[in-house]
Amino acid sequence: MEGFMYPNEVELQWSILIVLYPFLTGLVAGAFILASLERVFRVEEVKPTYRLALLTALAFLIVAPLPLQLHLGHPERSLEMYLTPHRASAMAMFGFVYLWYLMAVLVVEIWLDYRRDIVRLAQSCRGVKGLLYRVLTLGSYNISPAALRIDDRVGWIITLIGIPSAFLLHGYVGFIFGSVKANPWWSTPLMPVVFLFSAMVSGIALVLLMYLATCAMRRVAVDMRCLDTIAKYLFYTFVIDFSLEMLDLIHRIYEADESFRSLDFMVHTRLFLSQILIQIFLGTLTPLALLSLSQIFTFSVAVRRRIYATSAILTIVGIFAMRWNVVIGGQLFSKSFLGYTTYKMAFVTREGLVPAVALMILPFVILYVLIKVLPPWQEESVVVAEAHGDD
Amino acid sequence: MTLNRRQILLLLPAAAIAWDYVLADNPNGSPNYKMSEHWWGMLIDITKCIGCGSCVRACEMENDVPEGYFRTWIERYHVSDWHIETPEVDSPNGGKEGFLPGKAEGGKNFFVPKMCNHCVDSPCSQVCPVGATFHTPDGVVLVDYDYCLGCRYCIQACPYGCRFFHPKKHTADKCTLCYHRITKGMTTACCEACPTGARQLADLKNPNDPIHSFLKTHSVQVLKPHLATGSKLFYNGLDGSVR
Repeated sequence: MEGFMYPNEVELQWSILIVLYPFLTGLVAGAFILASLERVFRVEEVKPTYRLALLTALAFLIVAPLPLQLHLGHPERSLEMYLTPHRASAMAMFGFVYLWYLMAVLVVEIWLDYRRDIVRLAQSCRGVKGLLYRVLTLGSYNISPAALRIDDRVGWIITLIGIPSAFLLHGYVGFIFGSVKANPWWSTPLMPVVFLFSAMVSGIALVLLMYLATCAMRRVAVDMRCLDTIAKYLFYTFVIDFSLEMLDLIHRIYEADESFRSLDFMVHTRLFLSQILIQIFLGTLTPLALLSLSQIFTFSVAVRRRIYATSAILTIVGIFAMRWNVVIGGQLFSKSFLGYTTYKMAFVTREGLVPAVALMILPFVILYVLIKVLPPWQEESVVVAEAHGDD
Repeated sequence: MTLNRRQILLLLPAAAIAWDYVLADNPNGSPNYKMSEHWWGMLIDITKCIGCGSCVRACEMENDVPEGYFRTWIERYHVSDWHIETPEVDSPNGGKEGFLPGKAEGGKNFFVPKMCNHCVDSPCSQVCPVGATFHTPDGVVLVDYDYCLGCRYCIQACPYGCRFFHPKKHTADKCTLCYHRITKGMTTACCEACPTGARQLADLKNPNDPIHSFLKTHSVQVLKPHLATGSKLFYNGLDGSVR
């Protein structure tokens, strides 16, 4: 501790688990928005990642509320948020936005898209696997062209609803922080917008990496047309995201209100590593430079693949650092603006590093199971991949 | 089953206590207290505070406040000359044991007792996802400990640092304005313990409360007025350096 903190402020309230919460929901929203590009905006190039992006979004969405649940002082009372929500609270709506997004958008869209495969698997598989697929059909075995046309149409409408829902999900997470007037580090109307674009950036980067990883594991050629398009979208959204963050920064520096001296000191000391070095230089400027180089110059397939993979990894690291700087950074200074505290991360406690790492691994385990149950590889996409793999 | 005279004599005192409990209805209730007739706040006179810490100790004893956390505390300010934007502030253990001698020269020293502001538009109750933090009809902000999830959003939302996470209850906790006392016609523990009368419980709905004449004749201020929380903690002699 340095300077003066109000006596109750010395203890940090929101730990690394609360850093994970916006990080995970951001990946969900970003992955879904990438998937919807193909569906709604007919960007055919990203089709090979469509199903993978949906399953990735689902795997991360299932895990997203777990850090919150683990963080609560009374997890057994969490259902009260659904039963007796306080309508004035930004947080109270989380449950409803989450459920809406999970049940009304993502699960329905995945089910509709997979229905034909599920019915075929239900008819061909035996034993427990067969039973699972028979349950997943929900009793509907009609896969006539007319029925599939309806599926497609409804799926399109769901995606159309899904895009604003994904915006809502993550913009709303930003609002949880942005609406706290007591905390000048958080309190800005830009917060939901910055959260949304950083979500899109991280989600697109994640799907890009997942696509590269699954191609490598399946020993299938990467569809470079698809990869180039994803990288292009990553670059564009990153430029918007970076501009918004810089706008916020410039605004704060120029306005220099009563909190500025305190926040400025914090950025130059306690947050220097995570904000200046990791978030801005390593996680933003470096991938932006790499991606812009790939937009300007024509590199070989192997070089492009490495550039994209490196950029995507750095992007995800940078966005995680951004969440860290928002959540932890917002608690390191006193609301008196006269002092600073430090965050000492616990290790194996309920809110320590070990559960956080476990919660980061869990979505990949869930994704592995989902891919096993609902293989996202479509024959035609494999063909396309092979056709474009060597350009 | 038959009871003999000896057994009945033994049971009678127990039955009397049980009957008394039944007649008493809710033992913590205040049957003569009408919430609609009161609107509570507090007057803190900085010019009278000597930083003795009696209020902090009284609050801790009265409300079983856990060690290291504070429902009320005292800050000591040292402001040198015109540097009101950079005061030197300390509050060792919340000022519970008083303060060691500070800087005697080169500026002014004063004490600022702090506690929940029982805001009319309280940011803490606004953000509570289940409404566990609520306003009583007589203007006190309370926490329902049987309902609070322990999400700590309210602690983040309070601009004054008045809330903490109770290490045993695992819920948010803060000053209750000694609600269990004021509804029985008593004052708060901190006001009662203050040797100089620097803290005065104020019933803003009571026209005979001395607060009204005080407010008419003194320059009073609330903390962080720009946040428009509707604080009901009125400070007399509040310096511009106080955060």
